[in-house]
Amino acid sequence: MSEVLMDIQDLAKHFVVDTNFFGKPVSVLKAVDGVSFSINKGEAFGLVGESGCGKTTLGKILVNLYSPTSGKLFFEGKDLTVLNEGQRRLYCKDIQMIFQDPYASLNPKMTVGDIIAEPILINGLLPKNQVEERVIYLLNCVGLARHQRNRYPHEFSGGQRQRVGIARALAVEPKIIVCDEPVSALDVSIQAQVLNLLGDLKEEFGLTYLFIAHGLNVVKHISDRVGVMYLGKLVEIAPKKELYANPQHPYTQALLSAIPVINPEKKMERIILEGDVPSPINPPAGCRFSSRCFKVQESCKLQEAKLKEVSPGHFVACHLFD
Amino acid sequence: MEPTYSSNPDENLQAAEYVEKPESQLKVMWETLRLNKAAVAGLFIIGILALIALTVWLSELMGKQILPYDPNYADMTKSFIKPNAQHWFGTDQLGRDMFSRILDGTKISLFVGVTAVAISLTIGVIFGAIAAYRGGKTDTVIMRLMDMMLAIPSILLAIAFMAALGKGLDKAIIAIGLVSIPEYARIVRGSILSVKENDYVHAAKIMGNKTRRIIYKHILPNVISVIVVRATLGISSAVLDTAALGFLGLGVQPPFAEWGDMLGRARGFIFSAPYTLIFPGIAITITVLAFNLLGDGLRDALDPKSRIK
Amino acid sequence: MLLEVKNLTTEFKLKRGIVKAVDDISFTIDKGEILAIVGESGSGKSVTSLSIMGLLQNPGRVTGGQILYKSQDLNKLSRKEQQKLRGNQISMIFQEPMTSLNPVWRIKDQIMESIMLHMKLSKKEALARTIEMLETVGIPSAAQRANDYPHQMSGGMRQRVMTAMALACEPELLIADEPTTALDVTIQAQILELLYRMREKFHMAVMLITHDLGVVSEAADRVIVMYCGKIMEEADVRSLFNHPLHPYTIGLLKSIPQIDNDSDEPLYMIKGMVPNPLNMPKGCPFSDRCEQSMERCTQEMPQLREIDGHKVRCFLYDAKEGGSGKQ
Repeated sequence: MSEVLMDIQDLAKHFVVDTNFFGKPVSVLKAVDGVSFSINKGEAFGLVGESGCGKTTLGKILVNLYSPTSGKLFFEGKDLTVLNEGQRRLYCKDIQMIFQDPYASLNPKMTVGDIIAEPILINGLLPKNQVEERVIYLLNCVGLARHQRNRYPHEFSGGQRQRVGIARALAVEPKIIVCDEPVSALDVSIQAQVLNLLGDLKEEFGLTYLFIAHGLNVVKHISDRVGVMYLGKLVEIAPKKELYANPQHPYTQALLSAIPVINPEKKMERIILEGDVPSPINPPAGCRFSSRCFKVQESCKLQEAKLKEVSPGHFVACHLFD
Repeated sequence: MEPTYSSNPDENLQAAEYVEKPESQLKVMWETLRLNKAAVAGLFIIGILALIALTVWLSELMGKQILPYDPNYADMTKSFIKPNAQHWFGTDQLGRDMFSRILDGTKISLFVGVTAVAISLTIGVIFGAIAAYRGGKTDTVIMRLMDMMLAIPSILLAIAFMAALGKGLDKAIIAIGLVSIPEYARIVRGSILSVKENDYVHAAKIMGNKTRRIIYKHILPNVISVIVVRATLGISSAVLDTAALGFLGLGVQPPFAEWGDMLGRARGFIFSAPYTLIFPGIAITITVLAFNLLGDGLRDALDPKSRIK
Repeated sequence: MLLEVKNLTTEFKLKRGIVKAVDDISFTIDKGEILAIVGESGSGKSVTSLSIMGLLQNPGRVTGGQILYKSQDLNKLSRKEQQKLRGNQISMIFQEPMTSLNPVWRIKDQIMESIMLHMKLSKKEALARTIEMLETVGIPSAAQRANDYPHQMSGGMRQRVMTAMALACEPELLIADEPTTALDVTIQAQILELLYRMREKFHMAVMLITHDLGVVSEAADRVIVMYCGKIMEEADVRSLFNHPLHPYTIGLLKSIPQIDNDSDEPLYMIKGMVPNPLNMPKGCPFSDRCEQSMERCTQEMPQLREIDGHKVRCFLYDAKEGGSGKQ
């Protein structure tokens, strides 16, 4: 078993939606509600779920954009949740993020060169006179040309901006990068370019990824292990091949079957889920998937299902496996 | 010229060893502004006014008389001369040359306008930035205070400040500066709240920036355009407020020439010598109009959406 | 033949030059057929649909060609006649349902408005029809939900409402512009199934505009692949996916991560990016990204030619036919 880089224990993030007159919360959105898993050094962990499942919130907790409501977050054995702001900032350079929207993730008033140089400078990683050389090297790594460093983001296409965002994340030599839907805003032909780039960089720099996506097909290519989230909870974790060949949770099965297959001959037997994802402010009692599940039993509506190991490395939270 | 790129970086390296000059944001802005005729006219008038004010001020410093007459020299024998070749705008009740006084007044109006805006801008931006970035109770306290100030008509508030501070030019500047703080605080807070949620601000935090640097480096440059537009329009209202205070006799004290003060003192002669009111009135109107035209033009020039067209 | 588009050209006059967003395209849609138009951003697929609907905004303008609906030229009709046709016989649903629903109106009022306008029904009948339509598109307890405002509904529900609105007047042609792009995969499956069912029920033709080849393969009968305002390939869905001809189509199909592919090989990539519309390559617009690009491709534009009912715009197939390629 390889070394654990990040260990997430019972992490939760609740947002107060509404308070009463005295400031007491009356309505709480449980975006992430007790999630535990670990990410090994050098692996790519795929995190999949539909909008509102809390996957992005979880990513933002990891990079310190949100502080968790409860739970622990161990990075290389150290609990990051107990650190104060100044101490926590020292870990910033180890945990970086790549954003979904390449149009909002670059400061429009800075040149691309300055954007990539900034993290190097503020973390004091290199003396000033070596920074430019490093910026050129990073641009080269992500497939951009050195002369482009003096241009502003609006002069680039979506795919190129995403490359700049990747270079910025790489600049501080992070140990883990949280990729928050890095290709979902890009054109099909550009998606493959960026996915391959991320794959190459992982090899080259020995990176670890938490790869967040809403579709199981994108994650499949890049991940070693995959976790499936539904309404703030992890419902299934398994090594990639195992999950795709042998999905156990009814939600994972539905999610897999919902992906359109690029082959008109092979119209899959499709599981079409009824209804919408319930609101995370007021989730169903018991198993959260019970309101849409096609294998629902009486017990599902009463009690929450805990993650259980059904085969080595394959965890499922479902009462079918009790 | 658009250089062509290849996804293969090596090709790019060979193709382009040169470094492109960054496209200056100011230049882009100017290009857009130039197309707006009204804004160019506004800028032109402001340029002339600034030139007049500067010349008058410098000549005064050097002790030279550049105006046709001493603006403050009273000669009762020459009172109420109608506009003619010697006195282009006529003379007032004390026989002072109106043309010289109006040129002299440019200096005071622009000076008060710019400094008052500088005061409200500095304090307003700081308040707005703190309120937006800190949020929570700080936000509530600052913004409710601003709301309270906004609830009182600005001229009344300015008079109240004057009453507390006393008469005089410096006090007028402070009073006018203080009353428009809430406008800047609100506008800055609003823009920061929207910019703050951009992913590049998140990225800045993730890479380990301190809060103050995030505000200065990543947030303020992206709200600066809103502030510039507001400040330009703010100068015009500061000029108007100065005139109003002068008209009420609270601003600049005699014998110094100030347009509002001139209006106020001449209002008894509105029928017998209308030119003593008309010319200061026109001067105020032109100045206010020029800043408004420029402000509107800047708003268009700085709006990335209109820039595309 | 329900709709025939002949040599349609739509241009955007910008300060820096003229962009031909849609460049001389021709296609037809038959009754009850689902035609998919696929392409990446800038391919002109959405502009095509806006041109047909007459929804182009300045500075866009149809500068050439004809749009024949049941053999009458839409652009030759008076404004009033056009309006009657669009919305009644030709309807459209958009990518983001929130922006196309009026936020201050109740759902039922929005649907009833168009029913009363086009079908000349009384208020009571229109309401009954509205509720019936909402039930048809699968909105639970439709009579109550009809009183909701758009913001009270989820994205999937809003897209259903949009669909109900578009179908209320029983159009013969529905233009669906990226109807599932903003939705989650499980909801996307619901909406696609809905479109399919509605087609069966109302026998309408659907022009499905999308960038997602998966959606195309699931839903379409015939496919047009667009790139830089031109049709690169046109075929029925089976032959397109089984025997794609154009290098661009082949590249697109190979570059999509697929769920039933277990290899760990890097994905196939189409190199480079879509050319700047103001600075198009001289010959084939795909020539600068094409792996099989020849000298000729960079010099002249290939023609769209038909090989056994499968149309393709590429010089590779000129040679195979043994023709000179010049027409």
